[in-house]
Amino acid sequence: MTIANIDAAWIDAALTAARPQAVAALLRYFRDLDTAEEAFQDACLRALKAWPKNGPPRDPTAWLILVGRNAALDGVRKQSKSAPLPPEELISDLEDAEAALVDRLDGEHYRDDVLRLLFICCHPDLPATQQVAVALRIVSGLSVRQIARAFLVGESAMEQRITRAKARIGAADVPFGAPNAEERAQRLTAVAAMIYLVFNEGYSAGGQEILTRGSLCDEAIRLARLLLRLFPSEPEIMGLTALLLLQHARAPARFDAEGAVVLLEDQDRSLWNGRMIAEGLALIDKAVRHRRPGPYLVQAAIAAEHDRAERAEDTSWARIDLLYGDLEQLAPSPVVTLNRAVAVSKVAGPEAALAMIEPLAPKLSGYFHFFGLRGGLLLQLGRREEARVAFDQAIALANTAPEAAHIRLHLDRLMREGAGG
Amino acid sequence: MLYAILCYNFEDAIGAWTLAEDALVMARLGLVEAGLAAADRLGAVARLLPTTAAVTLRKGRSDGSREHLVIDGPFAETKEQLLGFYVVECGNLDAAIDVARDLAVANPDRGAYEIRPLAVYRPGDLTETRALIKGIGA
Repeated sequence: MTIANIDAAWIDAALTAARPQAVAALLRYFRDLDTAEEAFQDACLRALKAWPKNGPPRDPTAWLILVGRNAALDGVRKQSKSAPLPPEELISDLEDAEAALVDRLDGEHYRDDVLRLLFICCHPDLPATQQVAVALRIVSGLSVRQIARAFLVGESAMEQRITRAKARIGAADVPFGAPNAEERAQRLTAVAAMIYLVFNEGYSAGGQEILTRGSLCDEAIRLARLLLRLFPSEPEIMGLTALLLLQHARAPARFDAEGAVVLLEDQDRSLWNGRMIAEGLALIDKAVRHRRPGPYLVQAAIAAEHDRAERAEDTSWARIDLLYGDLEQLAPSPVVTLNRAVAVSKVAGPEAALAMIEPLAPKLSGYFHFFGLRGGLLLQLGRREEARVAFDQAIALANTAPEAAHIRLHLDRLMREGAGG
Repeated sequence: MLYAILCYNFEDAIGAWTLAEDALVMARLGLVEAGLAAADRLGAVARLLPTTAAVTLRKGRSDGSREHLVIDGPFAETKEQLLGFYVVECGNLDAAIDVARDLAVANPDRGAYEIRPLAVYRPGDLTETRALIKGIGA
């Protein structure tokens, strides 16, 4: 890359991409989140000045770590009135200084830095929403305002929430040693779950919210890709990344112009993102060769069955039913059984599906989708009055306006048909 | 003479582009491609999926056996140089690895084949140039 074609978008992307690695390395050095974040911010400002002039450095991440570290140390030294460190313009020429760091960037040591940073954000003492908020602030570098908008709360409320969470992390005993293999596996699971939460936060948005919350999905995919690059042989991380890609690929077709939900079977499949689907399918292909399927991989395989079908009626519900069977074994939950019932209704009819979900009623009595599906199945069986009751319950439990609007559509149709017949 | 133009860049930075930024770059590249195509100078164009989607078949046996080592990721040695590439239609990754095995049997001496799925493939149409190459081969 020459100086001429290094544009603002490229620098911006490079800084975003380098952030988790750089903040993680600075955190290990300074052992304090605020100092690490400030050092990184400082390095970014200097990069914006230096890179267009000198061209991008050999390794942007290493440059940012070195400059960030020097800047923070410089601050300390200024206070103690000793000699300043050399200016960062020289750093790209200091091949030796950068080379040692670049070598380590591929090493385990460095990988553990990022894992530690991600793990700190999903600290078990923090509630899930705070884990997500802190991760978005520290790892992704989203502004408090962006995060507040994504969570539909005020900026000052979110500021407080993040400050409290950071204080809690600061007070907790954070292990800075390199995690051993067992700890790493535990952390990886926690981090994967956190990334999945970030994605769901964005995915469950609807209508007008989708523009702001859609970026949470992009962010989750970026983090999943980062994790995959650090752990290139973990089939579950391949599965997670594939799952997010295959779900997000359908985003352009999930809502109509009025912001109402468009069901999978009614979506315009030409709007789906073919490149994301191709990448997701390739990752599944690769993960399957490890012959160690986990819950993310199976969920990705289910998403893939939908994405592969050119038309809704081409969907292989029998294979989806089998995959849900696998998922029930790997990660049993009433929600999984509920989802399986959708496949069962297509393969064996609404009666079989209804029989399958009835026992779930006590566990899912507060779950929107339970009543939505129940209403749909009852309607197919011609039990209209019972269906109406189920739809009413679903509306009462809807989380978002589009969800409620969608059920109301069913109800309206029911009422109209009732009046007509 | 045909020239291959191989695209190198920082994958991390490209991967951090938003869909809109990515589309913008692709649109700009599309303009360049359109100009070349109009002049009958554009051959195949391919966009590779990220390296995380790649596996590598490392050649290590010269006894004609098909038992070569398949590893995750694009871990070709930096000493090795990219010498060429195939574009092959395969149903799945295992079928693609099988093709790489055939190649490794045919050319067992050192090196590796990186198997990376394509995201975009436009075959191109170099009518005149193709005739030229056939002429050289004959």
